[in-house]
Amino acid sequence: MSTVPLQERTDRFQGYRGAAREALDRFQIGVWSEVELENDQGSRFTGVILPRSETCDDLHVVVKLFTGYNVGIRSDRIVSARETGYRKAVYKIPEKEFPRDPKKKNVTLLGTGGTIASRLDYRTGAVIPAFTPGELYGAVPELADIANLNTKKLFGVFSENMGPEQYKALAIAIGEEIEQGCDGIVVGHGTDTMSHTGAILSFMVQNSPVPIVLVGSQRSSDRPSSDAALNLMNAVRTAAECDIAEVMLCMFGPTSDNYDLLHRGTRCRKMHSSYRSTFRTIGATPLAMVSRHPWEDGSHFQYISDEFLRRDRSRKPVITPVFEEKVTIQYYYPNFNPDIIDALSGCGYRGMIIAGTGLGHVNKPLYPALKRAIQKGMTVAMSVQTLWGYAQMYVYDTGRDLLDLGIIPLDNMLPETAYMKLGWVLGQTDDPARIRAMMTTPINHEITPREPHNGYLILQGGLPEVDAFVQKHWK
Amino acid sequence: MMHRLDYAEAGLISGLEVHQQLLTKHKLFCRCPAGLYTETHDGEVLRHMRPTLSELGVYDGTALMEFKTRKEIVYLLNRANVCTYEMDDTPPFLVNPEAIDIAMELCLMMNMDLIDEVHIARKQYLDGSIPTGFQRTAIVGVNGWMPFRDRRLTVTHVSIEEDSCREVSDKGHRIIWRTDRLGMPLTETVTGPDLRSPEEVREAILLCGLVARSTGRVRIGLGASRQDVNVSVRGGSRVEIKGVPKAGYAVKLVHGEAVRQVNLLRFREELHRRGWRGAEDIRLQVSDVSDICAEADLGFLRRALQAGGRVCAVKVEGAAGLAQMPTQPDTTFLDELAGRIRVIACLDEAPIVLSLAQLPEFPQKHRIAERLRKRVRLGEQDDAFLVFGPEEDCRTAAEEIRLRFADATQGVPQETRQALAGGYTTFERILPGPDRMYPDTDSPPTKITEARMAEARARMRPAPWARLERYRSWRVPEETGHYLIRRGGAEILDAVVERTGVDGLVAAIEIGQRARALKRAGLPIQRLGVEAWVQVFDLFTDGLLPRECLGTVAARMAADGLDAAEAARAEGIALVPRERWSAELQALTMEGYLGERVDTPEKRLRFLAGKAMAQLKGRAPAAEVARYLKDRLEATR
Ligand SMILES: [Zn+2]
Repeated sequence: MSTVPLQERTDRFQGYRGAAREALDRFQIGVWSEVELENDQGSRFTGVILPRSETCDDLHVVVKLFTGYNVGIRSDRIVSARETGYRKAVYKIPEKEFPRDPKKKNVTLLGTGGTIASRLDYRTGAVIPAFTPGELYGAVPELADIANLNTKKLFGVFSENMGPEQYKALAIAIGEEIEQGCDGIVVGHGTDTMSHTGAILSFMVQNSPVPIVLVGSQRSSDRPSSDAALNLMNAVRTAAECDIAEVMLCMFGPTSDNYDLLHRGTRCRKMHSSYRSTFRTIGATPLAMVSRHPWEDGSHFQYISDEFLRRDRSRKPVITPVFEEKVTIQYYYPNFNPDIIDALSGCGYRGMIIAGTGLGHVNKPLYPALKRAIQKGMTVAMSVQTLWGYAQMYVYDTGRDLLDLGIIPLDNMLPETAYMKLGWVLGQTDDPARIRAMMTTPINHEITPREPHNGYLILQGGLPEVDAFVQKHWK
Repeated sequence: MMHRLDYAEAGLISGLEVHQQLLTKHKLFCRCPAGLYTETHDGEVLRHMRPTLSELGVYDGTALMEFKTRKEIVYLLNRANVCTYEMDDTPPFLVNPEAIDIAMELCLMMNMDLIDEVHIARKQYLDGSIPTGFQRTAIVGVNGWMPFRDRRLTVTHVSIEEDSCREVSDKGHRIIWRTDRLGMPLTETVTGPDLRSPEEVREAILLCGLVARSTGRVRIGLGASRQDVNVSVRGGSRVEIKGVPKAGYAVKLVHGEAVRQVNLLRFREELHRRGWRGAEDIRLQVSDVSDICAEADLGFLRRALQAGGRVCAVKVEGAAGLAQMPTQPDTTFLDELAGRIRVIACLDEAPIVLSLAQLPEFPQKHRIAERLRKRVRLGEQDDAFLVFGPEEDCRTAAEEIRLRFADATQGVPQETRQALAGGYTTFERILPGPDRMYPDTDSPPTKITEARMAEARARMRPAPWARLERYRSWRVPEETGHYLIRRGGAEILDAVVERTGVDGLVAAIEIGQRARALKRAGLPIQRLGVEAWVQVFDLFTDGLLPRECLGTVAARMAADGLDAAEAARAEGIALVPRERWSAELQALTMEGYLGERVDTPEKRLRFLAGKAMAQLKGRAPAAEVARYLKDRLEATR
């Protein structure tokens, strides 16, 4: 039983407005009050008053009953309510000292937000990440068997709020961690824009001596079946032991709890809004598979590619944390209006990536607007909205016309990667020739000279042979 | 053997949790069809479960226990009945309003107070029965009651929840589930702890079933309703018997649990007498006795060793005789140990655990038993338990033996027990607490507006007690009334009586007994709905169809999809209004024969009846024709 007087509780009305707030006031109760409450039909409710989500109405009081259920009670039906106690929830993952072993590798986990381990926020109904090594150890004790873990919380933003400021800060922080001599870096990240961050980090942090692994969870860590713990274990394992010293994403391969795939930061995309195995390498194969339990050869890694930068502690990274924000990406569609391009140009946009149709096309009515924009100094580059395949603008007349206008073809660079690269390039130069050269010279496989035949695979479910394959291998 | 027990003296208290599938088109949180079961699969997913924190920052005890079992969980998927929601790769869609509506009707029938704003919560289950690791559930109504015997059975709450997977197999560390049933809407009706005997439990289950069926919007058939029964005795604890399939089975199960609790309380006395008061008083040593047991000619030991496992002896000091003390009727404390070991240590090969004091027969038994006793240094007062299987699981088993004895020093552990055939129960899991529940952040709350409530009230069907009272006033036999409500016939009966004005008893007998007999005989009479039966009884009340032909016509309608008049014609029952056939007969009988008083009245009546039936060719009800002729004869006398 608490002795905190009502007046001293700063969150007494958390989220409550109007009639519901008045009811709390009238009955001398508030959020986290343990109450016995009775309504006009004589129904009695005993439980804890919860904060109210701000998106809900102002008429109901939410009680978490002692049986565990939550109910919303209309405030004008409450005839009596009595506080029997006060129990403020501490959202806390049991914190334990993270055990250190000098024989194990040192991994730093940089937090940006996202849901590797989390708690619930009642005000917004959102999931809030929890983060310290102790908390992580409490939630995923298996981590201590893999590496020594340090954590640094850089920011606590949701994936969609990541932007140039965060990218730069993250690149600098990674540089510092490498400088400190850690064996690998894990970046906790929301999944929505994880591949965007993977792309920009590939440009901002080059020549890394150690792995830089982005990780998150598709199904939130507040559920028992979450992919969070397994992703985290595999990401820490990758940072500590994997031979690939590149910016990678570590997320579920199949939807089953099986293995994670390591995707190259520049060649990867989120392809499903909620599936666990949402990330796919596009136009190439993933770099490797990583598993919690070793494969038959005793290794936790199965390398799929051998074209990658190998771990080398003596290598010095090159950190270039710059970004031009006046860059946009435009998804072309039939009836795309030239006004849009004029408007962007008028707003001072310096760069535009077009996700064009087919081999990299837009229709003729756009040409004058594109010409005006390029003449005004805008860099316009072409990627393909098919995602797989190359912008080969020399094949048809329309493409050739666009090349003549000065549009830069980006081969098989993914549209989002292209956007990140253009922002990064324009942050360094406004010389058109240099821009063109930088955009078309790959830094880390964002353009590949060849596409392997198995770089394009979208299995069609329902075909007998595909179903048979999936049942056997990909579950 | 039924052990006698005075329930009042033992302080037996029981309450119900009745789960009922609702008759909706779709599942509760996705657009998959509900009620479509399949026995094949076209996909598989493998998952593991980890406990998560409740909002108050606590891990639930059950959740931790289930985490200890380290199961690989496999889900079998079929495109016909599951989508990416069930496999937890897509968040829930908005809750199915049809299900909420049905739950509201059920609540109103049980005089409940509807919740103003329904909030979805998550209830953790780490056994894998739900791929998310939690069941989405919400309270819809509270504070209700049903008339029961001469008192009220309180209904604490009704919630709406998604059904779980069906278990295919559970062997070692791998459990396999079929997902077709997953996500179907259920209501859970929780009664107060108001029941005082196994017989009352049985009656209450039947009552709950009648109520649910009275809505006309629930599923029926195998597995469509399942009940959990909570039982405790004075000084004992709440134990949930899960999955009682039929009301009748509850009697033996509740009795058995009451006996078990009384025995466990005696067991506690015995432990206290031996000076065991808590976990710290239990001393046990684990020895690997694989080498000795390799010589024992016992199949289960041999198989465990051949599979690379071990046999361990867990000596418990001062435990002599304890494992042989009774618990449920005809079972002993050894079964309590076996249950925990099977579930938590995943050692499921029978007999799971053996007491050294009670080894089965096998060659060289005495020699081997002697070596075992020597190896573990078994004293007079001690007992040792053999467990066998993977080494790590044997260690878990030893720990579970310690924990089960520790629990016994406190009395009856709160747990969920699975109902088995034969009226016994076995350990399923520690009873989950409220800590395993937390709000579902994926779903917004649903407001129950006054308007929606009014609509539900308008749709609501009569409660079973109201119907039974009406049927009693019609002198309908009690059993027939129950049958009609249970099988949906009450709906038809009420409509027929209201719309055709037929005598209630007549209609109840025809629909509740005659039609039932026809159904048993294999006629698809259940195909007939309210409209069809109204047609049949309309003919009857208009005097166009004799009572004895009601069933025949109905059966024909059902078999051939005819309307009532067509069916009657097809059966050769030509329907002639009374005025017409009586006129025909009058003409017939006036043709002389009535007047000749030669034969006895009986003979004359027979003759007349023969002639009349030949003339009418079944176009009039025989009984009425006979009555008519008799009246005529008497009048001419
Ligand atoms: Zn579905």
